[in-house]
Amino acid sequence: MERSREDGPEPPPLPPEEPAAEQRGRAAAMEDCLLKKIEISVSEAEKRTGRNAVNMQETYTAYLIETRAVESQTEGQCSPVDSLWRRYSEFELLRNYLLVTFPHIVVPPLPEKRAEFVWHKLSADNMDPDFVERRRIGLENFLLRVASHPILCQDKIFYSFLTQEGGWKEMVNETGFQLKLVLELKNPDKRFTELKHYSDELQSVISHLLRVRARVADRLYGVYKVHGNYGRVFSEWSAIEKEMGDGLQSAGHHMDVYSSSIDDILEEEEHYADQLKEYLFYAEALRAVCRKHELMQYDLEMAAQDLTSKKQQCEELATGTVRTFSLKGMTSKLFGQETPEQREAKIKVLEEQIHEGEEQLKSKNLEGRDFVKTAWADIERFKEQKNRDLKEALISYAVMQISMCKKGIQVWTNAKECFSKM
Amino acid sequence: MSGPAAAPGSGTPKALPSSGPRSLRDMPHPLAPAASEEAAAALSPSPDLPLPRSIADKDLSLPNGTPVDTSSPASSSSLLNRLQLDDDLDGETRDLFVTVDDPKKHVCTMETYITYRVTTKTTRAEFDLPEYSVRRRYQDFDWLRNKLEESQPTHLIPPLPEKFVMKGVVDRFSEEFVETRRKALDKFLKRIADHPVLSFNEHFNVFLTAKDLNAYKKQGMALLSKMGESVKYVTGGYKLRSRPLEFAAMGEYLDVFALKLGTIDRIAQRIIKEQLEYLVELREYGPVYSTWGGLEVELGEPLEGVSACIGNCCTALEELSEDMTEDFLPVLREYILYSESMKNVLKKRDQVQAEYEAKLEAVALKKEDRPKVPTDVEKCQDRVECFNADLKADMERWQNSKRQDFRQLLMGMADKNIQYYEKLISCSTGDEDHAFEIGLLYMIETWSEGIVVCN
Repeated sequence: MERSREDGPEPPPLPPEEPAAEQRGRAAAMEDCLLKKIEISVSEAEKRTGRNAVNMQETYTAYLIETRAVESQTEGQCSPVDSLWRRYSEFELLRNYLLVTFPHIVVPPLPEKRAEFVWHKLSADNMDPDFVERRRIGLENFLLRVASHPILCQDKIFYSFLTQEGGWKEMVNETGFQLKLVLELKNPDKRFTELKHYSDELQSVISHLLRVRARVADRLYGVYKVHGNYGRVFSEWSAIEKEMGDGLQSAGHHMDVYSSSIDDILEEEEHYADQLKEYLFYAEALRAVCRKHELMQYDLEMAAQDLTSKKQQCEELATGTVRTFSLKGMTSKLFGQETPEQREAKIKVLEEQIHEGEEQLKSKNLEGRDFVKTAWADIERFKEQKNRDLKEALISYAVMQISMCKKGIQVWTNAKECFSKM
Repeated sequence: MSGPAAAPGSGTPKALPSSGPRSLRDMPHPLAPAASEEAAAALSPSPDLPLPRSIADKDLSLPNGTPVDTSSPASSSSLLNRLQLDDDLDGETRDLFVTVDDPKKHVCTMETYITYRVTTKTTRAEFDLPEYSVRRRYQDFDWLRNKLEESQPTHLIPPLPEKFVMKGVVDRFSEEFVETRRKALDKFLKRIADHPVLSFNEHFNVFLTAKDLNAYKKQGMALLSKMGESVKYVTGGYKLRSRPLEFAAMGEYLDVFALKLGTIDRIAQRIIKEQLEYLVELREYGPVYSTWGGLEVELGEPLEGVSACIGNCCTALEELSEDMTEDFLPVLREYILYSESMKNVLKKRDQVQAEYEAKLEAVALKKEDRPKVPTDVEKCQDRVECFNADLKADMERWQNSKRQDFRQLLMGMADKNIQYYEKLISCSTGDEDHAFEIGLLYMIETWSEGIVVCN
């Protein structure tokens, strides 16, 4: 992708040559944001190999993030470009961090993680140049969106993502954002915690399965198709043979049949893959329910905490004893007591708040219990449905395999008979 | 029982090379059952397998009444090996059996090499004893082949497996390599043993019987062949005007034949490569089901079942690829080498004919009114006729055994693929660890029947 770095002193041109990007740029320029200070681009993509967490060799793509300070440039002078490489999983980590840290913000999405779980050689895989290119643009888009968001762009972790090569991952993990919601709950419902864990694992294992299945299908396709070449060469060979000719010729025909049989076989298997995919997305839905519970529980606990502290305050004011250290308490001690009227007024307000708070807590508790009851009933129902569906899917998969074997036996038996007549 | 009727020590071949083995095809082989059944079984037996029923039921004694020892693995497999080749000794039952087995590694200061045991059982008068067992290495086979080419230039000499192997690429001492070579060497000797002319060759006899082959080798060209064929075909650069039709046709046939075999070899190699890549993916695929099974309660068993079946598939696939590499590819390559050497013999024949024609022309030009053709030219004419006759007979023999070899080879390939799929379907048998697989299959069988019934 060409980038016109040597654009002169005019205001920084925003990356890709898309008009939408320019619009965004103009809008961003109106808000105070990071984009005003630096230019960001994802300029290159490179294939890398390395070892993953389980020490297995893997191939992945790394993307080059370039940043350049926006300064009024003197003639012929260009500010230096800083750059570092990041891979997709690091973008994901950043986004998850932002999601947790800014729960009220609509966080921009990332481009597709993988090319769809397609098997055919002609379809894109993660290393396909077109896919990589589209992803590069999408990642750049993401960064620009975050950088142009008035709140998100101020985050230090985001800035480090763009500028700090080493140690960024450790920095993010140290914020503890991944555990934030769970730890903050004093009384998480164990069942939901387990369920969330399960849905994470399920998602991970099914996507791994689908990925490998697609590769397996691809390879199997190759094996069958090469056999088609036998058909042609047997036919050519039969032309120079007398007694062997017929046998060879007809065997060649069976090789063609064998070779073309794989198309139907793999098409059928797509149904199985679809059934698995459905539960991949279901896992996401499960996670959403768990998250909802977490939020409700969090809300509840915050409300309870708030109520307790108000009650304490009230008590202190009424009895004049300070149980807990509070700045207010200290300042009132230092700078003079309040008048009894003032204190009365305060107590009254607090009592009202407490009353309100108690009502709210009651209803929140009810809500929470209701939620757990309904949710859990539905989760049980879901579990049974999942077990039924997946058992059926596995059985039909096994049936497909057996049918494929039987077809194979049939074809080779036919070929063998032709050979015997040579 | 009919044996060689020739006077002891004469060593002349039973029938003249010029009489073809035509009548022989009508004669039933003493051990012949349905050829294809045996042939198919013979391709992949291991010495540990019991003999196929039909052989075991037959009287397995040699034509001269010597009972055949079936107890040792070596002799069972050699029996099966014998049935691979059709015999076509002229009007005879076979009286010479040769086997190559028992490879052993020898480590010496200068080199390391493998020797093979060559066992001979025969009733021929040319042999002093009815049985011989000697050890030979590849060098010795190579020497034999060269000697045969020298002393029997009018005949087609079977090929040897390739001499040189790239040291870094192939392990010369691996079990697979040695076994592949052994089979090829065995085939080589059997083909010679079944040849009506070559089997009576002096050098072949020594190869099979001599305790110290190296001493004999050193005698070199000094030894005259008992058959009196002091062959000195001077290929003095005579140019042949035109090849007779049948030999021209043979030459063209061999060209196309070798070409097609080369293509098949490449296809087979490609298939093996794709299979191995498929295997790599399967090896990652199976365990994922196990991991998933670990997450689940009710689904645990069926998931484990699928994982185990995939593992089973991996094993079967590995075996299939190995078999193709070890049994299928070498035979193709052998025949390509065979074609090459046959084309060379055709060229030699051309030379002999060219020499004759040139000499004949020279005589004709002299315009002398000679009543008879000079002996020199007469000899040439004899040579041409003998060569043509020998070659023609060998060609027919070759065509016949080629047909059998390929029928067997291709049926074997089909068989291996059938076995592969059968292994996949059967998963494991009676193994407790795989009870859930069987359970799954049972579920499938009943389930699929249910589906059929409902429809």
